[in-house]
Amino acid sequence: MNRRDFLSCHVGDKSRPAASLGPGYYTNGVFRTHENKTVRFYDDLIKGKISIINFMFASCDKYCPRSITCLAKLQDLLGDHLGRDMFMYSFTLKPDQDTPAKLAAYAKGVGARPGWLFLTGSEYDLASIRFKLFRLDDPLMDFSVDIHASMLRIINDNNSQWTSWVLPDPPKLIREVISWVEPTKPFAIRVRENAELQAVIDRESAISAPKWAKFKRAHGWAEIMAKRENPVGIKKLETLLAVRPQGNAGFGLRRIGSVLPRFE
Amino acid sequence: MSITTQERSKKKASLQSSNGSGWSRRAVLKAGAAASAVTMLTSRKSLLARSLPPIPTQPSDCTPQPTNSPATTPFVSALPIPPIAIPTILNPIPTLQADTSNGEAARANHQDWFQFFPFVQYNISVQPTMHQFDPAIPPTYCWGYNGIYPGPTFLNVYGVPVVVRFRNNLPVNQIGFGTNTHTTHLHNGHTASESDGFAGDYWSPTFFKDHHYPNVYAGFNEFPPIGDPLEAQHTYWYHDHRHSFTATNNYRGLNGMYLMYDDVDTGFEFPGQGPQALRLPGPYGVYDIPLNFADKLFCADGQMYATTPDTVPGATDKFIVNGVIQPYLNVQTRKYRFRFLNSGPARIWTFNVSDNNGHSVPMTVVTTDGNLLPSPVEVIQTSSDPTLTGLTVHVSQRYDVIIDFTNAAPGTSWYLTNVAAQFVGNAPEPEPAPGVNIGNVVMAFNITGPPPWPDQSQVPAVLTTLPNISTPLANLFGTRVWNFNDFIAGGEGDPANPTAKVFNVNGLTFDPNRADASIQQGSAETWLIRNCFPGTGWTHPIHIHLEEGRVLDRRNITVNPTTGVITINSQRVPPLEQGRRDVYPILPNDEVLIFLQFRDWFGKYMMHCHNLGHEDNLMLTRWDVTTGPSSNVTSPVYSDGTPNTGNGQVNAGAEPNITPALTALAPTFNLNPPGTSKLNRPSLKGSKKGVRA
Repeated sequence: MNRRDFLSCHVGDKSRPAASLGPGYYTNGVFRTHENKTVRFYDDLIKGKISIINFMFASCDKYCPRSITCLAKLQDLLGDHLGRDMFMYSFTLKPDQDTPAKLAAYAKGVGARPGWLFLTGSEYDLASIRFKLFRLDDPLMDFSVDIHASMLRIINDNNSQWTSWVLPDPPKLIREVISWVEPTKPFAIRVRENAELQAVIDRESAISAPKWAKFKRAHGWAEIMAKRENPVGIKKLETLLAVRPQGNAGFGLRRIGSVLPRFE
Repeated sequence: MSITTQERSKKKASLQSSNGSGWSRRAVLKAGAAASAVTMLTSRKSLLARSLPPIPTQPSDCTPQPTNSPATTPFVSALPIPPIAIPTILNPIPTLQADTSNGEAARANHQDWFQFFPFVQYNISVQPTMHQFDPAIPPTYCWGYNGIYPGPTFLNVYGVPVVVRFRNNLPVNQIGFGTNTHTTHLHNGHTASESDGFAGDYWSPTFFKDHHYPNVYAGFNEFPPIGDPLEAQHTYWYHDHRHSFTATNNYRGLNGMYLMYDDVDTGFEFPGQGPQALRLPGPYGVYDIPLNFADKLFCADGQMYATTPDTVPGATDKFIVNGVIQPYLNVQTRKYRFRFLNSGPARIWTFNVSDNNGHSVPMTVVTTDGNLLPSPVEVIQTSSDPTLTGLTVHVSQRYDVIIDFTNAAPGTSWYLTNVAAQFVGNAPEPEPAPGVNIGNVVMAFNITGPPPWPDQSQVPAVLTTLPNISTPLANLFGTRVWNFNDFIAGGEGDPANPTAKVFNVNGLTFDPNRADASIQQGSAETWLIRNCFPGTGWTHPIHIHLEEGRVLDRRNITVNPTTGVITINSQRVPPLEQGRRDVYPILPNDEVLIFLQFRDWFGKYMMHCHNLGHEDNLMLTRWDVTTGPSSNVTSPVYSDGTPNTGNGQVNAGAEPNITPALTALAPTFNLNPPGTSKLNRPSLKGSKKGVRA
């Protein structure tokens, strides 16, 4: 198989709507939820929703627990969005082990609220969506089962905006990441948020700026400034614009040489 | 929806008031002489920026997803020269504090604002546009600075501070790949933290942010008033740096060039500029030509194809120079200066120039990442040095190259070829292609005839001297080890490596709110940067913000497959890495030892892999310049309290042993044990202004 054929093996159907990649891209494989319901990947899980997707398996005791704990905290931050316009999907990496019943017990254990589904399905469907969702154009990575445990894919099907993050990370940060795929907020709200952010920056600056100034004084900065022959600012510019008698008239760059220190 | 319309009309009004054709026309008239000279010489459209193009509506993304771009004929389009950005008067006036009431995005106060007060002001609109990549391809929906791709070129002079207002005019209802929040990084501008375009400090549509570019050399406290001229850097570029979307936003077209001149590299070649002037070929746009290389994959309807709404394709098939597919450039029989820039997203280029007979022609490299080399280095396919048989340009690297067409026969063509076989971000493999394979040709040079006046440019044998770093070495804090890992070891279920994230630095991924290192201002450090071992085949071009570094040592780690013995082989630092750099490509199983200084400003900066896909997968790390003391990674635990044991891929056998490299460099140097910060500045006391102690 040549490389180009390999990389283009995902060619989708020609009829997808403008904003959404549609079932032709996402595939419409059949999965079973931990509630033992049958769902189709695009129609039931992706279409018209913001989907937060990761991979795990129930017997995983090294990496997944921390990822799942992080997601458990995240679902609280999502508030009433979860189950309404945002959905969390945890797909198994080991469909042969994870039956819906086993996943149901797992979901109960981590306190999954409605809107957070644990899913299993056929090996083929799972591999397909892993490739579609986390494609890195590197065969080593795209077909490795191992690496997907730390990946979080966030999709808004309405405007076809995707982003990704890693697990575990602070849930508050992941909540912010999810907001990137949401529609841009009204201008008035963004103005308010900007002012709030500025207030935070100002509070931090109030602490750091005096420290920086003190450091500069302590390290001879004021002393250096006082000794300067060419005070910068307005006078500096005057120096630059001044016509040098021995200069090559009309060529501004030459004059800069006069204010630069030269050494051997 | 009503708000959207309102915002759009507001945006349009603000554009017209600040950037309408009125002032542009006046500016063109004022600069009439220069403009007409340039137009005469290049027989192109004016190099000066025009009024902004109208904002197009976004077409739907590609259907169907292509395997190949539409067929194009090479060398039918002339190489466009990006117009020069023209200063303006900003309204509202730029201020020390963020002018949030007038729509400026939140930021910290400008550092050294009055010390380097910017009288020169630029207004840049970040907006969508339709761009024609080739006559055979329908216009493509792009994003561009001032609505052009590549963005306008800034021509600035050391010692003249400027402020650039980046106004985000990207669509509010963005669909598909890319995000409408934006931040601009001047790569590797010596700028304060709040103007550095930190990846987490992005702003949304209709907001703007003023970036203060003081245009000073590094070390202006030690070398007043504007720093150490030996730290001059001449070829910069600016690009979108919004984290997680850098690749897609750059692929949409958000990048451009920023050139700096001083009395040494004046940009002009005529004599009488003083003995210090190098007189390299110039001026800009005539004999000093920027070449912004990119690669894309197009759909049949002309729209750019992205692998997913989050990922740009690695397997691209169209070579793009300054926004045109395989262009030609009419050249005269004389010397030209070309500024090579690889603007990504992931391709590694290896360039050669062939004459009309297919013979390799020398390229004389004068700068690396915009920094003058001590003396020019010749790159030719027949070189005895394997690192000089082709000019390998990793993402975001720059090389200024002199090509001498003096002996070319008028009427013939020379070709710039890419000899690297590309498979995503892997190390380039040489492709045995005798002669010129037209598929590999990036652009053609059509030789027109002799120049209108004699070639007065020169390529001096000595270009600059490198700053003496033995004094700052006395301020050395120690060596930090940074491991750039990708997924290879373990993964889930491997007890040896329980915390592997796919792309990480020292086991951690980017968190804009967390600094992984704290560095005392004014100190110097050596950084040992490793590609993970054993490697996966990815090359990581590592970019470190704020100051350029010096490569002290480059090593390769090998493991004996039968005995398992690990050996570290010190390699010769290749000639093109012996100058000052800001991007350090690290091939699989390689490590590189770099000397860095952290002067002049405080605040947050970054180091990251500049393969844009890796960067978006959070292979970034934030480090802060502080009042000290310097410390190592500040977050040894994850947010959930789990200890970070994430250096899973760090091999125990590869302990840093930097002493030989340092002693070779500075025999009197004493390495302080890590953790004992010794910040004194002996060079300041008793030394005359501007004279190195």
